[in-house]
Amino acid sequence: MRVALFLTCVNDTLYPDTGRAVVKLLTRLGVEVDFPMAQTCCGQAHYNTGYRHEAEPLARHFSDVFGDYEAIVTPSGSCGAMVRELYPRMGERARAEGRGDTLAATLAPVVQKTYELTEFLVDVLGVTDVGAYYPHQVTYHPTCHGLRGLGLGDRPRRLLQAVKGLELVELPGAEECCGFGGTFALKNADVSAAMGVDKVRNAESTGAEVLCAADNSCLMHIGGTMTRAGSAMRPVHLAEILASTEEEPAV
Amino acid sequence: MSGTFVGMPAFPKAAHDAVHNETLRGNLRHATHTIRAKRANAVAELSDWAELREAGKRIKDHTLRHLDRYLVQLEEAVTAAGGTVHWAADADEANRIVADLVKATGESEVVKVKSMATQEIGLNEALEAEGIRAYETDLAELIVQLGKDRPSHILVPAIHRNRGEIRDIFRKEMSEWGRPAPEGLTDTPTELAEAARLHLREKFLRAKVGISGANFMIAETGTLVVVESEGNGRMCLTLPETLISVVGIEKILPTWRDLEVFLQTLPRSSTAERMNPYTSMWTGTSDGGAEAGDGPRHFHLVLLDNGRTDTLADEVGRQALRCIRCSACLNVCPVYERAGGHAYGSVYPGPIGAILSPQLRGTASDIDASLPYASSLCGACYEVCPVAIDIPEVLVHLRERVVEGGPVTREGNKVVLQPAKGHAAERAAMRAARWAFTRPGVLRSGQRLASRTRRLHPRTLPGPGQAWSGSRDLPAVPAEPFRDWWQRTNGGNTEKGTSK
Repeated sequence: MRVALFLTCVNDTLYPDTGRAVVKLLTRLGVEVDFPMAQTCCGQAHYNTGYRHEAEPLARHFSDVFGDYEAIVTPSGSCGAMVRELYPRMGERARAEGRGDTLAATLAPVVQKTYELTEFLVDVLGVTDVGAYYPHQVTYHPTCHGLRGLGLGDRPRRLLQAVKGLELVELPGAEECCGFGGTFALKNADVSAAMGVDKVRNAESTGAEVLCAADNSCLMHIGGTMTRAGSAMRPVHLAEILASTEEEPAV
Repeated sequence: MSGTFVGMPAFPKAAHDAVHNETLRGNLRHATHTIRAKRANAVAELSDWAELREAGKRIKDHTLRHLDRYLVQLEEAVTAAGGTVHWAADADEANRIVADLVKATGESEVVKVKSMATQEIGLNEALEAEGIRAYETDLAELIVQLGKDRPSHILVPAIHRNRGEIRDIFRKEMSEWGRPAPEGLTDTPTELAEAARLHLREKFLRAKVGISGANFMIAETGTLVVVESEGNGRMCLTLPETLISVVGIEKILPTWRDLEVFLQTLPRSSTAERMNPYTSMWTGTSDGGAEAGDGPRHFHLVLLDNGRTDTLADEVGRQALRCIRCSACLNVCPVYERAGGHAYGSVYPGPIGAILSPQLRGTASDIDASLPYASSLCGACYEVCPVAIDIPEVLVHLRERVVEGGPVTREGNKVVLQPAKGHAAERAAMRAARWAFTRPGVLRSGQRLASRTRRLHPRTLPGPGQAWSGSRDLPAVPAEPFRDWWQRTNGGNTEKGTSK
């Protein structure tokens, strides 16, 4: 099977290790991965901040780049939710505004073929044990858009539980937002920071070494709060844990 | 602190103090987490919760689509049963109608059952200006009134107060309004409740006029419904000779049968109870001759628009009118929990307030333009909403209205809004980002520049970035963006040590 990796602009620019981990993991599972070089940004920040007219060209660009692939895999719950949940909505709005079906028709091919990484592993490849080895105590934060937007359910936890050597520790208040929220972190910095501090406090109460999530945007906010607080805990993307093996263990 | 929210600063500024008020945050965290857990249990007891939620959504949507028809039906039914119906386009008109009705009775005091609609229009203040004193009889509302405070929660207006604060308010203020607090009042809940009971009993027995809102109005029979937990509402609805009910036009249900759905979903969502302790229903008056209903001797229904028809005209935003004021969205909202209810500048705080207030009042003021951004879009509010209001969807829709402007309905007229001021830099940044993101080469150059200069990046940022670096460390920029690694290693194939 050949899939396109939609890495997201944040991961591409700031978290290339996550991208390398996804490539390593999928390749190990027999999937041929392509990285379309023309990919940029799904438009989530624009759309969610209210700039729908700036988001539309980005959605069209996304569809141009990814439309011909059999499947599109992304290690980000929020960007995955943007394509799957909000692209159809953009199409509906265009229709309601009398702009016809053009936008909906342009975006339709990518909507059904886009999978968040854990969905792709569990639903498409049908695996929960990906042969990973990660001898650390880990607590898992289910990010809001993965949890409530895409409805990832227990897929990430099942994948983590199957990792050799990994001890999964329950995170108190796991389903509460970490406070990132894209431009929310800038526009309502006080509230955002307070939410981040509470998330880190809950994470630290578990005694785990690692806080894992399937979205680097949330991890950027949580990790930035951790280092500022002098926490010994590390934020790690789920893909990097799943890519880790006994031969090539991740730190 | 005055009783109204006029002239509030924007949400981030209003939230700033609350976030750093440890007592307030402690009170809110304790209260919201307790009710949150109880609600989850109460909802989990019903195997058909998803169906009930869908039914509630459909009944409300159907009613809103045919609101004109059902309102006329309601008016006919109320009138036939001996009541009088008044129509109020806005807060001023509603306040004037109520003040005139009270004055016509010759009374200068009224008792009130907690009502969001009368808070929304600032009725107590309007009555006071006319020399009429309105006594709130809901326990939490009484605490707010005695403390010259503002409500901060839909269901528990005094949620921001702890028991010690309430005892102090009772001791200090009760004598100003009537029967003083008992000597040596402590902060135990039973003593506080007894003090309030004794204080209020005098009001109930004396009052000739009662003022209420309503949770539901049944179009087919003209029946009004109030659900409550304390019994104070029943006192206000049955003891006075004259009852004036001020109700938003969206609170209508077509038939008695529809009520069944909401009498299950409302108490479970709001107080986490299987059924609310008191359900009062009345139809017209008991003095109206052959056709008379079972209401008080004189009954007036003031149907309040105050921005509701304008909201109804908006295809995305109108779903906010489904709201049954259960407050479940407040209790799960991480932003409400930290910012407190006052920061929302409205009697409707929390997620529902963030979408309702900017629609009822428009987005012209600082506070109303900032409310659509008072959310991280985490979606917890949508998940718990018993009538499935997609609050995140409406928030984004209203953000669009703020930054891009566009057509809206205000006071019944179609107008085109200009983009709000103060977003010029953001708009330019968004446009520039879109420009770069539709040109992969530009993105790549930017990434490379960031990587090459990464050792020069400051730890703290100027401008809007300050908000980030004030409390969090920025991530370090890697030496090489992913796409360069991909190209350099031919998709990882030529990199040593990578098993591809």
